[in-house]
Amino acid sequence: MNTVSSTLGASASSASRATQLALSALLGLFVVGFVGFSHMDVVHNAAHDVRHSLAFPCH
Amino acid sequence: MSVFRNVVFIAAIAGLLSGLILAAMQSFATVPLILQAEVYEEAGGGHDHGSAHNMPGMEMSAPATAEAAAPAEEEAWEPANGAERTGFTVLANIVTGIGFALVLVAVSEFAGGVANWRQGVFWGLAGFAVFTLAPGLGLPPELPAMPAADLAGRQVWWIGTAVATAAGLGLIAFRSSLAFSLLGLALIVVPHVIGAPQPESHETPIPENLHHQFVVAVTVTNLIFWVVLGALVGIVRGRFTGTAKSLRDSFA
Repeated sequence: MNTVSSTLGASASSASRATQLALSALLGLFVVGFVGFSHMDVVHNAAHDVRHSLAFPCH
Repeated sequence: MSVFRNVVFIAAIAGLLSGLILAAMQSFATVPLILQAEVYEEAGGGHDHGSAHNMPGMEMSAPATAEAAAPAEEEAWEPANGAERTGFTVLANIVTGIGFALVLVAVSEFAGGVANWRQGVFWGLAGFAVFTLAPGLGLPPELPAMPAADLAGRQVWWIGTAVATAAGLGLIAFRSSLAFSLLGLALIVVPHVIGAPQPESHETPIPENLHHQFVVAVTVTNLIFWVVLGALVGIVRGRFTGTAKSLRDSFA
C-alpha cells in the first residue's frame, strides 16, 4: 500500500492494485458479515427481515 | 488508493440502487410472508432464537436455564413494527447491497473488469449462484418458527459453501483446462456431499405452502437483485471509466 499513486489516470503497480482490490473485497465481506452473520441481538433484530429474505442462517 | 476509491465509488452507487430495488421487492414478496409466519411463531410461544428444540440436550438437562434465558433475550432492542421496522429493513438492504457490490466489483476487476451491462449480468448470475443458490440448496430460506440446527454450525456451512462455489466457478470460468474444470466442479459439489447441518426434527407450525411460497419469493427476489447489481456495475463502471480497460487507468 506504500506505492499508492493518486495522480489522475496514473497506473498503480500491479501489486498495489491487487492489494487494493483484495482490501475492497474484504471490506465488502465484512459489511455483509456484520449485517447478516453478527450474533449481536441488536444487529440481528434490526436486520431480521433482511436475514430471512436473503436466506442467511437465522435464529 | 485510487483503485480502492474507484471500486468503493462504483460499488456504492450500484449497491445503493440495487439495495433499494431489493427492499422494494421484499416489501411485497417476502416480508408479508415473514409477518404471517410470526403469527404462528407467537402462537407457538414466542420468539425462540436457537433455544429449546434446537438443543435437545440443553432442554433435558436444564429446562430452568432455558426458560430463564428467554425473558432476558426479549429485552434486546428491536425496531417497532411499521415504519421503524421497514426503515431498518431498507437500510440493511442498502448496506448489504453495497457489501455484495464491493465483492463483485473487486473480484471482477481481478478478471479484467466488467466491461458492459451484459457482462455484468453474467457476474450477477455468478453472485446469485454463490450467495443464494448454492447455500440455499442445503439450507433453504427459513421462516421464523421453523426448526433449525445450531446457528454457528449453519453459518460455517453457509460460508464454506459460498467460498467453495466461488472458487469452483472461478476455476471453471478462468482456467482453460479440463483438470481445473473438474476440480472446480468438485469444489461446487463437495459442500452438498458433506451436507448442511439439519435440525433434529423438521416439525413446524408453519404450513408447507407458506414455506414453499417463501422459498420461491426469496430465490426470485435475490435473482433479480444480483442481475440488476451486475448490470448496474457494468453501466456505472463504463460511464466513469470511458474507454479505460481496467480501473487502474480510470477516473481516479
